[in-house]
Amino acid sequence: MLLNQFLLLAAALFCIGVYGVLVRKNAILVLMSVELILNAVNINLVAFGSLTDDVGGEVFALFTIAVAAAEVGIGLAIVLLMYRNRRSIDLSEADLMKG
Amino acid sequence: MTALLAAISSDADIMVAQNIFFGVIAAVMIVSALRVVTSANIVHAALWLVVVLAGVAAQFILLGAEFVAVTQVLVYIGAVVVLFLFGVMLTRASLGEDESVAKEKRSLAVAVGVLLFAVMATALIDTWSDDRIVIDEPQRVAEVSDSIFSQYIVPFEAVSVLLLAALIGAIVVARKD
Amino acid sequence: MNSLLATALPFVTEGPSEVSSVTNDASWFLENAWIIPLLPAVSFLLILFFGKRMPKKGAEFGIAAVGIAFVLAVLTGFSWLDHRDNFDGPLAESPSVTADDGHHDDDADHSDDVDHSDEADHSDEEALGVAVIDQDGTSSSDTVVLTVEAEGEGGGEHAYVAVQKSTQWLQSGGIEFNAGILVDGLSVMMLFVVTLISLLVHIYSTDYVSGDRRYTHYFAFLSLFTASMLFFVLSDNILQMIVGWELVGVCSFALIGHWWEEKPNSDAALKAFLTNRVGDVGLLVGMITLFFAAGGGQTFDTLAINNAINQGTVGHTALVVAAAALMAAVMSKSGQFILHTWLPDAMAGPTPVSALIHAATMVVAGIYMVARLYPVFFEGMQIGGSSINLLSTVGAITLVFAGLLAFVQTDIKKVLAYSTVSQLGYMAMALGVGAWTAAVFHLFTHAFFKANLFLGSGSVAHAVHSFDMKKSMGGMKKFMPRTYITFIIGSIALAGLPPLAGFWSKDEILVGTGGWGLFGGTGGNGAYTFHLLMGMVGAALTAAYMTRCIYLTFHGEYRGNDAHDDDHAHADDDDAHAHHGDPHESGPRILWPLYILSGFSILVGFLNLPKGLTGVPDSWQLRFEHFIEPAGASYFPAIAHGAPSWSLAIVSTAIALAGIGGAYWYYFVKVDGLAKQTGQHLTELPNGFVTTNKLARTGHKVLVEKYYLDHLYTGVIAGFTKGPLARATYWVNQNIIDGFINTTGETAVKVGRGVYDKIDQGVIEGVVNGSGKVSDATGEELRHINTGKVQNYAAILFAGAAVLAGAFIIALAL
Repeated sequence: MLLNQFLLLAAALFCIGVYGVLVRKNAILVLMSVELILNAVNINLVAFGSLTDDVGGEVFALFTIAVAAAEVGIGLAIVLLMYRNRRSIDLSEADLMKG
Repeated sequence: MTALLAAISSDADIMVAQNIFFGVIAAVMIVSALRVVTSANIVHAALWLVVVLAGVAAQFILLGAEFVAVTQVLVYIGAVVVLFLFGVMLTRASLGEDESVAKEKRSLAVAVGVLLFAVMATALIDTWSDDRIVIDEPQRVAEVSDSIFSQYIVPFEAVSVLLLAALIGAIVVARKD
Repeated sequence: MNSLLATALPFVTEGPSEVSSVTNDASWFLENAWIIPLLPAVSFLLILFFGKRMPKKGAEFGIAAVGIAFVLAVLTGFSWLDHRDNFDGPLAESPSVTADDGHHDDDADHSDDVDHSDEADHSDEEALGVAVIDQDGTSSSDTVVLTVEAEGEGGGEHAYVAVQKSTQWLQSGGIEFNAGILVDGLSVMMLFVVTLISLLVHIYSTDYVSGDRRYTHYFAFLSLFTASMLFFVLSDNILQMIVGWELVGVCSFALIGHWWEEKPNSDAALKAFLTNRVGDVGLLVGMITLFFAAGGGQTFDTLAINNAINQGTVGHTALVVAAAALMAAVMSKSGQFILHTWLPDAMAGPTPVSALIHAATMVVAGIYMVARLYPVFFEGMQIGGSSINLLSTVGAITLVFAGLLAFVQTDIKKVLAYSTVSQLGYMAMALGVGAWTAAVFHLFTHAFFKANLFLGSGSVAHAVHSFDMKKSMGGMKKFMPRTYITFIIGSIALAGLPPLAGFWSKDEILVGTGGWGLFGGTGGNGAYTFHLLMGMVGAALTAAYMTRCIYLTFHGEYRGNDAHDDDHAHADDDDAHAHHGDPHESGPRILWPLYILSGFSILVGFLNLPKGLTGVPDSWQLRFEHFIEPAGASYFPAIAHGAPSWSLAIVSTAIALAGIGGAYWYYFVKVDGLAKQTGQHLTELPNGFVTTNKLARTGHKVLVEKYYLDHLYTGVIAGFTKGPLARATYWVNQNIIDGFINTTGETAVKVGRGVYDKIDQGVIEGVVNGSGKVSDATGEELRHINTGKVQNYAAILFAGAAVLAGAFIIALAL
């Protein structure tokens, strides 16, 4: 197997995730897209780990999974808070940062 | 042609089988991922996400990282997706059509995505064009755990503290006062 | 671990020979002292999980565990006494890391700094015994050479050998992290103090907080606190010390905020926690510095670090940095001046907690840390042969300034809190002037009489349901005669009148300053005259404010029935006997701890009778110093001891008496007389000094405002951060960033107009107009980018990243 086939797959997933983050209005869907991005990274980590026969890639993939779990927990808590305050989780309505 | 085949070692069949599997799974993943980011129904999107995540787990197995694959299934499909569905339920996000994104915005996002992919693909093909992954045997779980608890003990502890912080943070943020 | 290090690292040849004062082969109690902290830790878990279901709501676990721990501590103490005098077993190889001789090359002449010529004669005398181990010592007793060279008194003093037991906790990156215990006189003493006071506080609490909402929770944290403190004092490496240090901090936080429903209490808890964080940064920096400078980047072992410093192999600069950083930690944890502000506020916690944590044990953690890592300070601050240094000066200032603050408090616990701060100042000063034993001895005696006073104040407050001396107390003597007696004993001990405990330890500190040249009393590590003066002033202040406190609380008329029904200042308990009639004496579970502590307050001073005291057999003199101070041990610097003098003792007693006399005259004679005359309830003279004299009034105001330190912290520092700084940031955002975008176009238009009008209309008119319009349009467009929508920002971010990455690739390809 070529290394590149995995890397390109990961790149594709990453870009699809970025697209999702950019266009989705629903905050939960944005979080899902972020998961796609993180998984792309994981594929890269494991692929490089296999290439060099180093267990470090897998270890860090595991760490990423843990971090992703934390991220989803916090992210959903924020979404809930946002829903409670605004009765909506539409990101296009959240524009308090407008200058 | 025969010479070429002979040049590839005796485990060529395995390589071919692996590549076929990879291709099929990758195709399914890409399609599912596209559905995740385009599906108008939020529950459908979550289910498509399950397919992508399962595909990633399959790729991990192809790469010989069985423990990561199992963890992927347990944590992502078992916990994270369920969490998403809870989020959908609690926020009563509209389950039906909700996406009416302005064309302008969508085209900007497509442009960004394609540009990113183009840059990355160029770089990757340029750099790693002939590196091959040879999997003799899957990585043993014992090795992974040994290395987590010796070489990577500090990041491990950091992650555990992070999880604790996230736990507390999530409670603080989400609880009703 | 020791053997591992020894085999892994070749011994360095330069420098003094490998001297070790540690063994890991001692009697059972000394080797197994780790059980003592384990017991309350187990009790914490038991209370947490099963406490609520027990008949006594979990208190029994705590009392049992701490009781057993106390018995073990006493037995350990006896084993230590025996060990100190009779130990001749094999010594362990020194855990010091000397193989790494590269990291201190920069300070080759350092050994000159260490050698304080004026004390050389002293250190010769003091060299009780030096244990030398063979260079290639592969253990076993026959390779050990014990040279006991005792000259002078006693004849044949035994070498001081600490006991260390450690085990590898984990190994990472080639560094071993050990967990272990270090038992020597200092830690044995702390074990005794902590377990005894903790036990008494546990018993006291069963009455004091009975019926509390979080009774079980309270006992759980008492147990956890006891465990953490014991863990801290037993730790044999600095990493473990940090863990114990933080653990006691957490317990303190939880217990100060025990009644967190009331805002001031939770604020006080937060203040304590955050102020301690400031010092903890110093602790971390200091410990890391020590790890690299003295531990050679290889060991956290306390003894190894101390040994390395004593051998003069550590650069002086590193020691200065480490000592200064650790100073910050001491200042926050042990309430030294400018970071002491949390300690009085911490009185928001239940009174037994104040006695245990904020008087007797936790706040001395900083002092203990200095005592444990004494070479760092001794060398880093150049205590020997000097007459001023940071540690002693901070201590001296603290002891006077906090003593002054105690005068203006109306809350009895705050008086005691400032008194604690002041006494901690004494200890810090003593350490700063090199009077190590005096500091530790004062720590020891202070623990008893301050716990006594705190528990006594709690007993009074329990009766009147308030801590306000002016509003709710007065005349308590006739209601609570027993509490009164114990309180008086504690106060006399604190004021330092002979022959109670405080006198001996305070006098030793004054002797240790070495600044007393009169009538033969000299010696010490330098001429710390200023500190002697401050110590004297502090003695007068202490005696005076305690007299004031006793008058306001116990004498005069009872003011409790005046006009307060909602004055549950701290709502100490929800029990049934609310205000009806006069207050009454507390129950036996409150009184007995007071009796015991009073007994200790009277007696413990005799443990360290000064050398040469006539009429006392030699074998009774300096017992404490003999058993506690690691004199001659490899991990302890060669400090000099001041010679006690009668003149100093008499003068300091006279000063204390003068303080008492002054306060007595003011309160017992003037105020009391006027009160009787007018029939009013008076706590101060209506036309006293403070009201008539402008300067005095200003001084009073400054004291009431606590030197404006809280204003400095919250008003100025925090206020600046969230006020002007935040506003400035906002202004930059509003006016510069937005303004830039908005005005880019407009300015361009204006410039264009100017050019258009003034220079050339015909030829470049179109260009000018065009550029103006383009700029205008650009500005208009750029303005739209600032939509406030996150996703737009993200899109630009990703696009920017992609463009940059692309540019990078192209640049590489070229």
